[in-house]
Amino acid sequence: MDTITINNEAIKVNEEGYFTDPSQWNEDIAKEMAKQENIELTDRHFEVLNFLRTKYAEEVPLSIRKVGKSGIVDIKEFYKLFPGGPLKISSKIAGIPKPVSCV
Amino acid sequence: MNFTSYLIENPLNRHIMKKLLILGAGTAGTMMLNKLDKRIDKKEWEITIIDKDDTHYYQPGFLFIPFGIYKPSDVVKSRKEFFPRGTNFIMDEVEKIEANKNEVLLKSGNKLDYDVLVVATGTTPVPSETEGLEGELWYKDIFDFYTFEGTTLLAKKLRDWKGGKLVINLAETLIKCPVAPLEFAFLADAYFTEKGMRDKVDIQYVTPLSGAFTKPIATKMLSQLMEEKNIHVVPDFYLEHVDNENKKIVSYDGQEVEFDLLVSVPTNMGSDMVENSNMSDEDDLNFIPTNKQTLQHKEHENIFVIGDATNLPTSKAGSVAHFEGEILIENIMSFIKGEPLEAKFDGHANCFIETGFGKAALIDFNYTTEPLPGQFPLPILGPMGLLKETRINHMGKLAFKWIYWHMLLTGKSLPVSTNMSMTGKKAPKPEMEKPPVENKKEKVEKEEVIL
Repeated sequence: MDTITINNEAIKVNEEGYFTDPSQWNEDIAKEMAKQENIELTDRHFEVLNFLRTKYAEEVPLSIRKVGKSGIVDIKEFYKLFPGGPLKISSKIAGIPKPVSCV
Repeated sequence: MNFTSYLIENPLNRHIMKKLLILGAGTAGTMMLNKLDKRIDKKEWEITIIDKDDTHYYQPGFLFIPFGIYKPSDVVKSRKEFFPRGTNFIMDEVEKIEANKNEVLLKSGNKLDYDVLVVATGTTPVPSETEGLEGELWYKDIFDFYTFEGTTLLAKKLRDWKGGKLVINLAETLIKCPVAPLEFAFLADAYFTEKGMRDKVDIQYVTPLSGAFTKPIATKMLSQLMEEKNIHVVPDFYLEHVDNENKKIVSYDGQEVEFDLLVSVPTNMGSDMVENSNMSDEDDLNFIPTNKQTLQHKEHENIFVIGDATNLPTSKAGSVAHFEGEILIENIMSFIKGEPLEAKFDGHANCFIETGFGKAALIDFNYTTEPLPGQFPLPILGPMGLLKETRINHMGKLAFKWIYWHMLLTGKSLPVSTNMSMTGKKAPKPEMEKPPVENKKEKVEKEEVIL
């Protein structure tokens, strides 16, 4: 377990930089996290982040397909908002653990 | 309700039979039928199983057909052959479950009522979920190997194929038997090497995962094998469509991979019946929200789900169905006695990975423990090497066909523990507990490193 400091708050993260305590998250911290990924967060981004946080709290396993079916963004837009690995990057910024793929 | 006492205490009702209905006579359904037949009191319960036809495929064998290791006839038998004597088998398709009425509606229009329902309707590849996948090249230059038709046609194709770009692509992260596409790549390498034409075949493994496999330790071992065998892995590629005209696959973020022969693992979905019954989870993949420990339906207490039909976070595989079966039989017996469901499934999966040239690797894992190296204890054949290539593992994989037909389907116990065991496994050393960071300068450095 590691600790990173964002906006003077010590955030607990795992070795890949994912929050281990999602309750430490807030929107300002998300904006700082996003900068590290070269993303400027817009309202659209936050709609996705909030969706991910809600589903995580409900213990629903997340997938790119599930975000695409959320009615918030389609998969193409999801890739545009979080280029590269959209689910991995958005989960990191949303302050939730890295989504696990089932083996 | 306690059915036993209800029946005994009400003499007038003594002759009313309770009904247990099993939907699907594949691996999981047939196994449950055999287990229930041995355990349930048949003076009180009538068991019925439903499937659309009488053909049982040994699905693990589909992998070997393209390379001529198995013949198509090696993997086909009658479903009835594995039913206990006197089984009530209805050949029909399930249209939907009307859970509030405890009824199942069949395609023929018939209705069946039930007291306890076991759903074992599995999963199938649905190429039509991806634009262009089932287009003009389908079964000409594009094949799947998860269906009997696909794998037998692919065998024909490979026999005369002159070589070129062979692309193996997974359309989704959630697929049946997640190691099978890797095995296909390894066996293709061996097949073309033995044919003396490996230099004419460029094998690419294109996956939506960020590596060859999902869990870190297994991925490391399997990535190394891919490299040794000169199989090029293209990770983080999430398929959007297939361009039939230019023979390439295109991802959502615009990456393109050209192919001469595409071996596709299409999106896997549960039965249409699940959608018709309004039971699908939010992926719209028609997998049923199921309690991951008890295997009870999340909304209906007299419905149980087993095998590929569930949405459990573990592999969709025959070994998983087997371990689930050992738990589910206990929980159904408890349920009909009105007792709490005490047996708990731990997500245990155990898979051989064929690596070609007469060798295989073995992985063993559950919800919380990733596949680890070490030794897997097994009577007679064992111990088997975990996460390493051995000939014994390959023998195990071939022996499994016999075990499948003679032990697994007929509901016999296998000499493998139901819950995953750590015996023989080498767990990675836990990281030293890091001392709390005291000074601020160090904190900033850490931040830079991690982000």
